[in-house]
Formats: sequence, structure tokens, C-alpha cells
Amino acid sequence: MTAAPAPQPGFPDYADKPWLDPKARPFVEVERVVKKFGDFIAVNEVSLKIYRQELFCLLGGSGCGKTTLLRMLAGFENPTSGRILIDGQDMTATPPYERPVNMMFQSYALFPHMSVAQNVGYGLKHEKMSKGERTDRVHEMLALVKLESFARRKPHQLSGGQRQRVALARSLAKNPKLLLLDEPLGALDKKLREQTQFELMNIQAKVGVTFVVVTHDQEEAMALSTRIAVMDRGSVMQVGTPTDVYEFPNCRFTADFVGSINLFEGIVTTIAGSVVTVKADGVEGELEVDHPTPVTVGTPVAVAVRPEKITISRETPTDPDHNCAEGQVLDLGYFGDRSLFRVRLASGRIVLVSHQNVRRARDEERKVDWDDKVWLSWSPRAALVLTE
Amino acid sequence: MSAAAEPSHALPPPRPLGYRLADFASRSWQAILLAVPYLWLLVFFLAPFLIVVKISLALSEIALPPYTSLWQWTEDGALSIQLYFQNYAYLIDDTLYLSGYLNALKIAAISTALCLIVGYPIAYGIARSAPTTRNILLLLVILPFWTSFLLRIYAWMGILNKQGLINNVLVFFGVIDQPIEMMNTDFAVYLGIVYSYLPFMVLPLYVTLEKMDPSLWEAAMDLGSRRWQVFVDVTLPLSVPGIVAGGLLVFIPATGEYVIPALLGNPSSPMIGRVLFDEFYSNRDWPVASAVAVVLLILLVVPILMFQHYQMRQAEEGK
Amino acid sequence: MRHGRSTFLTVWLVAGFVFLYGPILLMMAYSFNASRLATVWGGFSTKWYGELFANKMVIDAALLSLQIAAVSATVATALGTMAGIALARFGRFRGRLLFSGMVTAPLVMPEVITGLSLLLLFVAMEGAFGWPAGRGMMTITIAHITFSMAYVAVVIQSRLAQVDVSLEEAAMDLGSRPSQVLVDITLPLLAPAMVSGWLLAFTLSLDDLVISTFTSGPGATTLPMLIFSKVRLGLTPDINALATIIIVAVTTVVVIGTVVSNRVQHRRLAEGSRSGG
Repeated sequence: MTAAPAPQPGFPDYADKPWLDPKARPFVEVERVVKKFGDFIAVNEVSLKIYRQELFCLLGGSGCGKTTLLRMLAGFENPTSGRILIDGQDMTATPPYERPVNMMFQSYALFPHMSVAQNVGYGLKHEKMSKGERTDRVHEMLALVKLESFARRKPHQLSGGQRQRVALARSLAKNPKLLLLDEPLGALDKKLREQTQFELMNIQAKVGVTFVVVTHDQEEAMALSTRIAVMDRGSVMQVGTPTDVYEFPNCRFTADFVGSINLFEGIVTTIAGSVVTVKADGVEGELEVDHPTPVTVGTPVAVAVRPEKITISRETPTDPDHNCAEGQVLDLGYFGDRSLFRVRLASGRIVLVSHQNVRRARDEERKVDWDDKVWLSWSPRAALVLTE
Repeated sequence: MSAAAEPSHALPPPRPLGYRLADFASRSWQAILLAVPYLWLLVFFLAPFLIVVKISLALSEIALPPYTSLWQWTEDGALSIQLYFQNYAYLIDDTLYLSGYLNALKIAAISTALCLIVGYPIAYGIARSAPTTRNILLLLVILPFWTSFLLRIYAWMGILNKQGLINNVLVFFGVIDQPIEMMNTDFAVYLGIVYSYLPFMVLPLYVTLEKMDPSLWEAAMDLGSRRWQVFVDVTLPLSVPGIVAGGLLVFIPATGEYVIPALLGNPSSPMIGRVLFDEFYSNRDWPVASAVAVVLLILLVVPILMFQHYQMRQAEEGK
Repeated sequence: MRHGRSTFLTVWLVAGFVFLYGPILLMMAYSFNASRLATVWGGFSTKWYGELFANKMVIDAALLSLQIAAVSATVATALGTMAGIALARFGRFRGRLLFSGMVTAPLVMPEVITGLSLLLLFVAMEGAFGWPAGRGMMTITIAHITFSMAYVAVVIQSRLAQVDVSLEEAAMDLGSRPSQVLVDITLPLLAPAMVSGWLLAFTLSLDDLVISTFTSGPGATTLPMLIFSKVRLGLTPDINALATIIIVAVTTVVVIGTVVSNRVQHRRLAEGSRSGG
């Protein structure tokens, strides 16, 4: 992606970043895929290249087309136009039962009338395997998800987390080229989700299968994936590593959807090297942004600053290079590890500021409180200019 | 996206013939799944109605079958079609039929209302019971539906009879001197219909009432409504789909009911179902019987379509 | 308060059940009445049961009815299951509206209309193709299949609407063709619904009078037809005995079936919540 640093010349190391290697062959190619349901365009001209052993996330809100895209990869929906290639083979019209692709369903879709072992072994029925090989494979899979002792149970006798692992084992049993996971952690509660997240990454590393995960949870996407495709209304807005997507969003939608962000709309006034000066609405003076963006003077842009990159203080900031703004604390949300401030500038504009609570303090010792007059400041390198 | 152009991949080889054959089999297999019941219903459900319509436009004849043919090939090879509408004219001329239809509609409508009055509190009572009792009560409501309809009507003959239980009890306690005639009256028909169709009313009512979130009742009470107000403001409006479904399930078949009026009803003011039956078996006038059936179907077309609309919605919701 | 039931509702419920069950219980009691006068108690006796079993007409009619019910319930379950699967899973297809209309219409269609139209069809078919030759067990069975498959289809369709489509998709994803998915997943999940559909079709057939009367021919008298012809002439105590046998048999089967299926469901729920907690 545009924002990623170029590799050192002479030492190209693409081993875990194959998407940077111009010679690498993508494993899954989605080419200008469109899916319409009647008049509704669910997926609009989406092209993606996914590489072997990636853990690729499709991230977006409900109705953004991520699940439809996943179902087209699985073969449950046929694209209205465009092509899907897996390992170099055109799979666009191949039915699901002939694709080297397996899916872990959001509801897990465990067959209620079969035991755990029968569920895991179901897909092997169609493989050319002896009975013994099949049993061994089922055991291997159950060992992988640490459920050996549950082989004879029925799905309704398992907990939610155990069911999730059976579903994973079942979808990996056929050793698919590509594993699709629809909200794999969605049905688990918060604590279990964090733990399972790491388990999922370990298992992927162990089996080496390419994963495509659909999720609406940006934290989950950031923690799991090698790369994320952010989707909105059927289109892919940005593709990049979690860091790319968070620190260098390429458009307002991504900036706003992944994490929270302050966007100051304005117009470019001067450009000096990589530093762009913007006259922003509702902010006194001009904002400086040190971010190489191809813009020209006079372009309407948005200056984007993440709340945690803004310093809040009652004292006037001293660093002359920093962008500053004066305001008053409107709201204060205390989350334990951090506090979130909503600060109103003189123009009435609200700015979000997140402050890490590195020191222990009682309520009355709080440095910044409700209604306090405060100064906000941030370095030019902390902000971005968004044109789209 | 990466700017490097990808080498375009060659088209995959066409899939082997075996696969394509298997594909076709599995696809046509689904077609068979649909075609078998579809054909059955076309032949044994839809076609018969067309034949009824056809025969209703023929004339009665002493022959086998006892009606004239609608079309004939004339001697010069032309097709001549003769439709007779006098069967329908006859239905208007003879007051027996008109009063039969009116009787049937009146009795069905009143019985449906009675069913609703009796059945609603039962459905509501079951829906508000504890879940374990609920299943038992529901089974008790459904159970009579499984047992013979005819025998349940027969059971009432023993009770409504001149020497039956009700008369015996009333005479014994001196409420009346002479046994009252209850058999062969409209009252007995109402009773019979309410008795045998009650489960059809209670079940859809129960389904809508049971789906209702109990916190709606609690919210209404929390906002200051009394029990009966909660019922009028919340429960009743929300149970309208159940009332409509139950009402149609009782009204439509009751309009064409034959057994209940034949066993309990007044022979001098028969319902249309009985008129049709007699027209067919006693008078052996197939065309007139067919015309009676066609008109009855036309009368019931709107309620039947309403019922189907409801049924389809229910099926999609998975109830 | 959640499941609170007012006194009024409780009283009404009790009265409702007395209304539903009183006449049946009374009839059963009178089946043990020694007196020929159906309404006068003449002491306890089981002689009507003996008379019933000695009556060849009754036994023949009962056997005929049971045969028709067994055959028609089996065919109706097969056809109704196909129709239910088509309605629940095939999405929109050409002619769907007509199909779903034909499936649900028999649920409410007045019996006299269905009976008359089927008879006229059989007569017309006999005239045109020579089949069915005359009317009897075969035509009654066809008629019963036609109306009871509608009930089965509705039972199957509503059960299938509750089954998560992704179960079938998962099987397909794991390499099964649609026909294999049907055998491995759909039919096993539908088995309980098919059993209750079969029972429903069986009792509907056993109970039917009007349609059987229209579609039957000389020599084929079903049990309801026999009962009706006797009952029309007035009360006869052996019918009380027959009614008692039928009601006890049907009730036993239905109650056992319901209790067993409830148990299974309860156990699953209990186990699910225990390990899922």
C-alpha cells in the first residue's frame, strides 16, 4: 500500500509481507466482482489479492457486503459479474461442494444429530481414505482444538466455546486450501473471545492454511489479521496491514470506522516540503500536518487526528511546532486505563481527547476536570491529511 | 492494490463429463422433488374443480355419466360448444338454495363468534400459565382434535336427546316439567360446531398470545393501566392475526359443514352442505350439485385467499 | 407475575375443559351400560364390547379404514415432505404461488366440495381412460392422500423454517452434493416432523366421512361411514363401545408421542444449558 515503507534495496525480505513483492503470485484473486440482489448492489466491483498463509480480514458494518463476498468465495452465491480465482483456477461457477474451500459458519452449523467425531469426520466421507485414516484424521483434528475427550458428545452437550472449536476442527479436517470464517468469535463472550483470538492465530500458524475472516469488530480484525480490507456499501475502501489502516487511513470512512478520530474539514493554504498547512473550520489559526500527501493549494481536505495523539493540559503548551487549540472540558468519561474528554473549542466544535492514566490519582487529585479551561496540542506528525 | 500486472491464467479445462452428468442428476433430482407433489395436486386438486365448473354448465341427463357433454363434433367437422346456465338460474329461482346459503353463512358466522368468545379466554389462560402447565393444557386442547370428529358429535346426541342428560337433570331438579326439544335445532348445530372446531380457534390464538413478550403487559401496568385496560390496549390489538386465522379456520369449513347439521340440525332449514349432498345423492342431479358447489366456492374465495395469505406469512416466519 | 393467571381465566379454563371432555367421558361411561336404552343406566356390563367384536361388518369396516389410513398416510407423508421441502427451501420458482395455494387450500376447503369434485374427476377419468375402474378403496385412498398431504406439507414446512439453512450449506461446503445433503442432513432433522405428519395423516384418514362417502363405491364401507349410517337412525350402545376403543387407542398413542418428544426436548435443553452455562 502507498503508506507502507519501501523495503531496503538489496535485501528484499517479503517472507511475511508477500503483498509487497511484485513477483509474488496471489493465492486468491477476486477480480472486479459485482453481486446484485434485484436492484440492490451488495458487492460493487471488488478486486482483492490474497496471498498464501495470510489471515485476511474483511471488516465493515452490517450490510457492507462482507458476508456476501465471503459466500461468493465459498460458492453459495454466484457473482453477477467478475471472476474469482483460487490457486490460479477459476472458481467463479464451481459449486461449493467442488471447491477446495471450507467455511466456519457464524452459527457454527454443527449437525445436531451427529456426535462431535461424526461432525468433524463428515467432510472426509467424500475423500478417498480408508476408515483408519479417517479416524486418525478426526483424532488429529480434535487434538488440534483440544477436544479429544469430547468425541462422543452431541453438539447440544457442549459449551459455546467448545462448539466453536468443533466447527473449526470440522472445517479444517479436509485440509482446505482456503478457510473462510464468518464472525468466528461473534457468539463468544468478551473474555473468551480474547483467549480464543490467540488460539485461532496459533492454529492458523500450525496448519498453514490461508484464512479469510469476516468481522464487524475492528479490534478483532486488528489483533488477528495480516491485512484488513475495510468495506463500506459494497466497496473496498482500503486494504492494508492493521497499522496501515489505523495510522494511515486513506479516506474519511476508514479513518472514522477504525477507531475514533477527530476530522477537521478545511482548505490547503501552503505546502512546504512534506508539511501541509490547512485552514480548518472551527479552529483558530492554521493546522500544520507533516504527512506526504499529493495535494495542491486550495484543495478541500480533512485533517485527521486520533484522540490519543492529542495532549490535554491546563497549562499553555510550550512546544512551538505543535498545533494548539483552546477549549473547555464538556464531558469526561473515566474508563480506568484511560479517560476520554470531550472538549469544546471557542467555535463550538467538539474535539475528542483520550488520556492514558499512567499515574494513580483520586477523583479530587484529577489534573483536568469538568468545565476546566484547557489547551489541546499535537505534533504535526501525529495528524494526517485526507482528501477522499 | 499492488500495481504489478498479474500473468493472466489460462482458462481451466472443461470439467469432466461424469461431473456434468452428476450435476444434471442432482439438479433434476430437485426438479423431481417439486414435480411429483405438484403434478399430484394439479391432477387431484385443481383439475377436479375445473370438472365441477364444466359439469355445472351441462344439463342433467339420464345416462352414464348423468350429464350432457359440453362440446360435440357436428357432422361437417366443426366443434360446437353448448353451455347451459340454467343450473345457476335454477339456484336463484328455487328459494331452497338461497336459504341454504344464507343459513350456512349465518350459522357459520355465529358459530365463529361463539368459538372466539369461548376460545379466547382458554388460549389466554394457557398462554399465561407456567411453561410446564402450558404444555399439558395445550395437549389437552389438541387431544380432541385427534379423536374422531363423528364420535364427538355422536356424544352430544346422547346429551341433547329428549331422554338425554340435560333434560333428565332439568326435569329431576324440577326446572322444567316437560323435556325440551334440543335435537334438530339450530342451537344444537351451534353447539356442535363450537365443540368440534374449538381447537382450531384456540391454537392460532395461543400461538400469537404466546409469542407476545410478557414485559409488554408489565410495561403497560407499570405505566398505570389496570388489568382489563392492558387487555384492551395491548393484548387484544396484538392478537388480531390469531383472531383472523382462528376465525377463518372455523368459518370456512363450517360454511360447508355436512355432518353436524345432518346429525344435530333442523332438517327443514338445511345448511348448503346438506343441500348439496342431498342434491347429489337423492336427486342425482349432478349439474345442479356442481353449480351449488361452484357458488359456494365463489362465496368462500375471499376468506380462503385471506387464509392463504396468513398461512404463507406464518410459514415464512417459521411457526 | 410473569405467568399470573387471574381467577376468571382459571375458572374459564376449567369450564372449557369440562365442556371439551364431559361429553366424551359420558359416552365412554355409557359404553359399560347394560341397558339397551342408551340414556338409562342399567348396571355395569361389557356386553356391547363383545357384540362389537362379533359384528363382522364393524370388523371389516375397521380393517378397511386402517388399511386406507396406513397407505394414504404413508404416501401423503412422502408427497407432503417433498412439497414442504420445496416450499421451504427452493426459494422463488415459477408457479410457486399456484403450488403454495394448492398446498394450503385443502386445510380449509369444505369437505363437500373436495368430495364432490374428486368424485366427478374419477368419473370423468374412468370415462376417458377407463381408470380408475369403479370406485372403492383405491379412490378413497387417493382422495385421502390429496387432503392429508396438505397437512403434512404444512408441518414439514414450518419445521424446516426453524432449521438453520447454514446446516445444509455446511454439508455442501464439506463436499456433499445437494441430493446427499438431503439424505444426510435434511431428512434426519425432519424425521420427528415426518412422524407427527404421518400420525396426523393417519388419524385424518381414519376420521374422514364426507370425502370417503363421495369417493367410495359399492362394497367399500369405511368405519366412519358405518358409524354414520347407524348413528343417523339413533343412539346405539355398541357405538359407545366402539367410540371408547377408538378414543382410548388414539389418546394413548398421542399422549405417549407427545410426552416422549417433550422429554427429549427437555433433556436436550437441560444438558445444553448445563454445559453451556
